[in-house]
Amino acid sequence: MQRQVALIKQSLFDQGYLDEQFVELEELQDDANPNFVEEVATLYFKDSARLISNIEQALERGSFDFNRLDNYMHQFKGSSTSIGASKVKTECTMFREYCRVGNAEGCLRTFKQLKKEHATLRKKLEQYFQLARQAGPKETARRPK
Amino acid sequence: MADEVPNLAESKLTALVVDDNYVNQSMHHKLLDRLGIENDVVCNGQEAVDVHCSGRNYDLILMDMDMPVMNGIQATKRLREMGIESKIAGVTTRAKEEEMQEFMEAGLNDFQEKPLTISKLLSILHKLDFYVHT
Repeated sequence: MQRQVALIKQSLFDQGYLDEQFVELEELQDDANPNFVEEVATLYFKDSARLISNIEQALERGSFDFNRLDNYMHQFKGSSTSIGASKVKTECTMFREYCRVGNAEGCLRTFKQLKKEHATLRKKLEQYFQLARQAGPKETARRPK
Repeated sequence: MADEVPNLAESKLTALVVDDNYVNQSMHHKLLDRLGIENDVVCNGQEAVDVHCSGRNYDLILMDMDMPVMNGIQATKRLREMGIESKIAGVTTRAKEEEMQEFMEAGLNDFQEKPLTISKLLSILHKLDFYVHT
């Protein structure tokens, strides 16, 4: 089962959902905090759900306050970068670029893709953590090949 | 990497994490814990100033730049005006040169780009003479 966990994790890196920062996170996990990574991931998804909701409300108003949208997305990008959520981070960057040039359609399109990537990552990580818990404690985190 | 992390608990260093982002707060707190550095966390520059006004002092402050209420530049200036001599390391995702310069000129001792990692934190500690690589 440990092997299955390792394979799922490897695929998350191979498919570009996660980057090196996730490994840094895992290296902070120890016997005193054996679920640290999952706790941070939970915090991330709770916080990012709030940001998504804020952005949705701001977009629904119709009049695009690009400054406000950019501020929300700055926070979103920051969290995503810290957890190693690579694809989500890429969409955040693109959204901010559209904000910078005042492209409303680009913002809407990118936001749609961002939500999709975010939902996919959430589902995959939930599966990964569930399996990891079932598999039990593992040896020291290894960097993916 | 996990085996190479030094434990600085004997040095009894203390640190303050100043960041409005919950994920970063959690990570930076844990990073410092991992190195054996006792630390507190506040959510913005105003809280950082308030905690010093209450009499707390820290060896190291990890100061985010973009925060509501009072940002990192304002907070750093304010702390220096208050005579706080703690080492302050700016941490931010924004990397425009003029912003970095403004942040440094506010009174930083060092600057690192987020996300912080163990090696970046060790670099800060080494540069600020808290830690010597063996």
